[in-house]
Amino acid sequence: MRLQFVLTEVLQGLRRNLTMVVSVVLVTFVSLTFVGSAALLQTQVDKLKGDWYDLVEVSVFLCPEGSTAPTCAAGEATQEQMDALREVIDTELGDVVAQVYVETKADAFEAFSERYPDGYQGTQLTEDDMQASFRLKLVDPEQYEVVADVLTGREGVEVVEDQRAIFQPLFLALNRASLLAAGLAGVMLLAAVLLITTTIRLSAMSRRRETGIMRLVGASNLFVQLPFLLEGAIAAVLGALLAAGGLWLGVKYFITDWLQESVNWVAYVTVGDVLRVAPLLIGIAVGLAVVSSVVTLNRYTRV
Amino acid sequence: MIRFENVSKVYARGARPALDDVTVDVARGEFVFLVGASGSGKSTFLRLVLREERPTAGRVYVAGRDLSTISSWKVPSLRRSIGVVFQDFRLLPNKTVYENVAFALQVIGRPRHTIKTTVPEVLEMVGLDGKEKRRPHELSGGEQQRVAIARAFVNRPQILLADEPTGNLDPTTSLGIMRLLDRINRTGTTVVMATHDDEIVNEMRKRVVELSTGVVVRDEAIGAYGERESILPQIGSTPVLDAPGRNQPQIRVSPEPADIEAERAAEAAAARAAEAVPHPASSQDPAYDVVQQVLAEHGRTRAGREG
Ligand SMILES: Nc1ncnc2c1ncn2[C@@H]1O[C@H](COP(=O)(O)OP(=O)(O)OP(=O)(O)O)[C@@H](O)[C@H]1O
Ligand SMILES: [Mg+2]
Repeated sequence: MRLQFVLTEVLQGLRRNLTMVVSVVLVTFVSLTFVGSAALLQTQVDKLKGDWYDLVEVSVFLCPEGSTAPTCAAGEATQEQMDALREVIDTELGDVVAQVYVETKADAFEAFSERYPDGYQGTQLTEDDMQASFRLKLVDPEQYEVVADVLTGREGVEVVEDQRAIFQPLFLALNRASLLAAGLAGVMLLAAVLLITTTIRLSAMSRRRETGIMRLVGASNLFVQLPFLLEGAIAAVLGALLAAGGLWLGVKYFITDWLQESVNWVAYVTVGDVLRVAPLLIGIAVGLAVVSSVVTLNRYTRV
Repeated sequence: MIRFENVSKVYARGARPALDDVTVDVARGEFVFLVGASGSGKSTFLRLVLREERPTAGRVYVAGRDLSTISSWKVPSLRRSIGVVFQDFRLLPNKTVYENVAFALQVIGRPRHTIKTTVPEVLEMVGLDGKEKRRPHELSGGEQQRVAIARAFVNRPQILLADEPTGNLDPTTSLGIMRLLDRINRTGTTVVMATHDDEIVNEMRKRVVELSTGVVVRDEAIGAYGERESILPQIGSTPVLDAPGRNQPQIRVSPEPADIEAERAAEAAAARAAEAVPHPASSQDPAYDVVQQVLAEHGRTRAGREG
């Protein structure tokens, strides 16, 4: 009885302020789409990091001929220097470095020729223009600093380079995009709160007569306020569902069906990730509605 | 049942107190008229009983509860033991008679089967049997007030408050409403009614409490409305008010046939109820006979006046 009665009241209320309800749905839809986008972008960044950091390594470039670096004063790195470095890596960095690969000048030239068969910017280079290096794969890619500290400044080492640095600009861009989305989401969420507050207030005022009688005959506060609360929550959840649906469509058609097909060596967010974000969006929607209802209703329908 | 102890009420923007050191005790089952000029504090009194307002000073006890210490989440339970009727009926225009009455039970979470049995019962009692499906705008004022009374009484409150329930009704229709309230009172419900209707007060011969600018100036066990001149000084004695129609062109006040019908139906329902009960209230209560007599007389004089 009670539940059915409350639901009838809610339906009536929704029908009565249909335009306001629609605007609440739309605003929550847009704002939660931004929230969802920010979350998905962050997921994408994590995925890329996970994928790419496995591939990247720390390069320890050895002194080539004619280097101006102070550690290279003795000229090209000698075999003794290389052995000493190997020793240091195996002992001092044993816990950090997972794998060591020595790239000789010959290896480097091979890789180079494969990549630029017609020479680099019009110049044909020779094996002597190449530089030998140690390629270190780290147990944890974030531990780069430790490696750099130990190896930088040793005899025969020209420079220690973290390949992750190559990806930094991309991650920076993605992070900024997700920050931007989050910022917009914040503004839109504020608009949503204000709109829900207004809607509930209008609804409460248009039903003054009912609530007045409810209070007179002794309906509990919760019973008087529940229909309004549910109205706001239903509208907001509808918006959240739309946002989840929109993100699902976007990811499915834009990423999975199109981007994945054309550039397939990158791990992208999937519809599964959207489904993981959806409960978060619905939770935010319910939270918004409850907060705005409690704030408004205490002022307008108090016993 | 209701006890006011040195109660004063000053509204936030009120210049003078709406109630000033009022002490009144209403016993269980009593019928009390609250009279006094406009602004004398009658509605304020009723609002304090409902705890829509809190007294500025003094204590209000209702049905054994001290309203000055009652916590706000207990107020709904207090109000479930009080029924209220107003001059403007306050029905929900988009609900039928049945739904209006049922609403009062629905919102306090009464189960469906209880509502199904209680609402028709109370509608029969107020004489609206067969009009369940009408909406308020399809009813006369008297019938609307009957719906409002049904709604106030459907949860069988211990107390019924009525704020000028006959204020919008013609005298004959008012009479029907008064018989209804009297019947409700005889079920043991305490009734407090604020009114300006001297005819009714004089005929009912119940306790009268008179307020004047927030002060109790009279409290009589079997009172009359009192001097119209002193209660409503700004109007004074006028032929129209004191004896409608005497020195004026005849104004025919013919009551709504529907109201008479409702009254008859209510009477019949009451009679049936009386038959079912071994000790009918009528023979137990001397006041009932007085009322019957007075009402009969009233009918005669009115008939004479109109004829
Ligand atoms: N909410 C309020 N705020 C300020 N003053 C009020 C308020 N309600 C009533 N008053 C004042 O309190 C006094 C008593 O008002 P109340 O409504 O109790 O009178 P009343 O006897 O019911 O009058 P009436 O017969 O016209 O209904 C009046 O002077 C009125 O102006
Ligand atoms: Mg009043």
